[in-house]
Amino acid sequence: MEVCGTHTMALFATGIRQGLPEQIRLAAGPGCPVCVTPVESIESAIGLACRKDTVLFCFGDMAKVPGASDTLESARANRGARVKIMYSPIEALEFAQNEPRKDVVLFGVGFETTIPLFASVVQRAAACRMKNLYLLTAFKLIPPALEALLSSGDAGIDGFILPGHVSSIIGEGAYRFMVERYHVPGVIAGFEAVDLLEGILLLLDMIARREPAIKNRYARFVSPLGNQRARDLIASVFAECDSTWRGLGEIRNSGVRLTGDFSRFDAGALIDFEVGAVPEPAGCGCGDVIKGKRTPTECALFKAVCTPAHPIGPCMVSREGACAAYYYYGGR
Amino acid sequence: MCVAIPGEIAELLADGYALVDFRGVKKRVALDLIEHAAVGDFVIVHAGFAINTLNREEALETIEYLKQLSEPSGQL
Repeated sequence: MEVCGTHTMALFATGIRQGLPEQIRLAAGPGCPVCVTPVESIESAIGLACRKDTVLFCFGDMAKVPGASDTLESARANRGARVKIMYSPIEALEFAQNEPRKDVVLFGVGFETTIPLFASVVQRAAACRMKNLYLLTAFKLIPPALEALLSSGDAGIDGFILPGHVSSIIGEGAYRFMVERYHVPGVIAGFEAVDLLEGILLLLDMIARREPAIKNRYARFVSPLGNQRARDLIASVFAECDSTWRGLGEIRNSGVRLTGDFSRFDAGALIDFEVGAVPEPAGCGCGDVIKGKRTPTECALFKAVCTPAHPIGPCMVSREGACAAYYYYGGR
Repeated sequence: MCVAIPGEIAELLADGYALVDFRGVKKRVALDLIEHAAVGDFVIVHAGFAINTLNREEALETIEYLKQLSEPSGQL
């Protein structure tokens, strides 16, 4: 399984996926933040963006995921929702500084590569006693999701191609449980063809020898201990909490919430509207796809109804979702 | 997407920011996540933040690779 959506794309783009022998099955994993953000989080974001004197900042992909009926983008067009796409959460910080009478909500989506950025923005906001910045937390942690897949007992995963940039924050040790508790190997790999091929070869070698280990083949970006300063920043602002992953359900300690003095930045305080449970679109196979149990081509909606121009589920919306990758590259 | 790009610190700015040069394009980047940043250091940048420093040689190699990818024959 390749965990990270960027790896899914790179495996297609380099032609490696298409060229691998049949005995090697590559399954795309849950490392696509857009794909695993629950619909209820999107509905909360839309509700906040429609709130009086409130502006919501989000990353580009998130604006296109359907909630119960609208996306953030269509809510902006049809319902007057104030949604701004950001490249960096710093933009929201600056906007909040310049517009003290607006409530500015950051839609916090992403994994460990992105969480420290928001921790930093919250700290900066606290340092200048900002009163109008809020964070809607929807972050997810990768290792607990991998453990949830492995502990289900029927995952059928023999090895993991581990994410590059998440690993640069969390380091190699975060994955050791995979070897110690489940005897499954992992390789932290880069994104070039030679990195991916080497990663796959190493995994096959470890599987054949029954000598699982965690190997780092992205050493130019990933040091063994990761980025301690970034992790300290996360720990000073956030605490772990249970979190619901779209397609995987609730996973213990797989998310983060604001803690201590920083709780005052929680956008939950602004939510005075109902966010009901939203059923998954009928026939949508994204849940099985991100667990590696089904390929996009095995979903009845794929291409027939669900396309990048008209996506039903998040795996097609995200530029790095498995379904989008299969669509663009003609995957089987 | 946790896509990160390498760049060179061109100038240190106030408030924990730096001007980072990405092959001629200069952008302001926050340094909160890294220790000891100096002009001439290479960093990888994700969503406006430097998330790690890079060895100069490896950075230049990666930048060269990205340059090749963006040329017409190297379409990704």
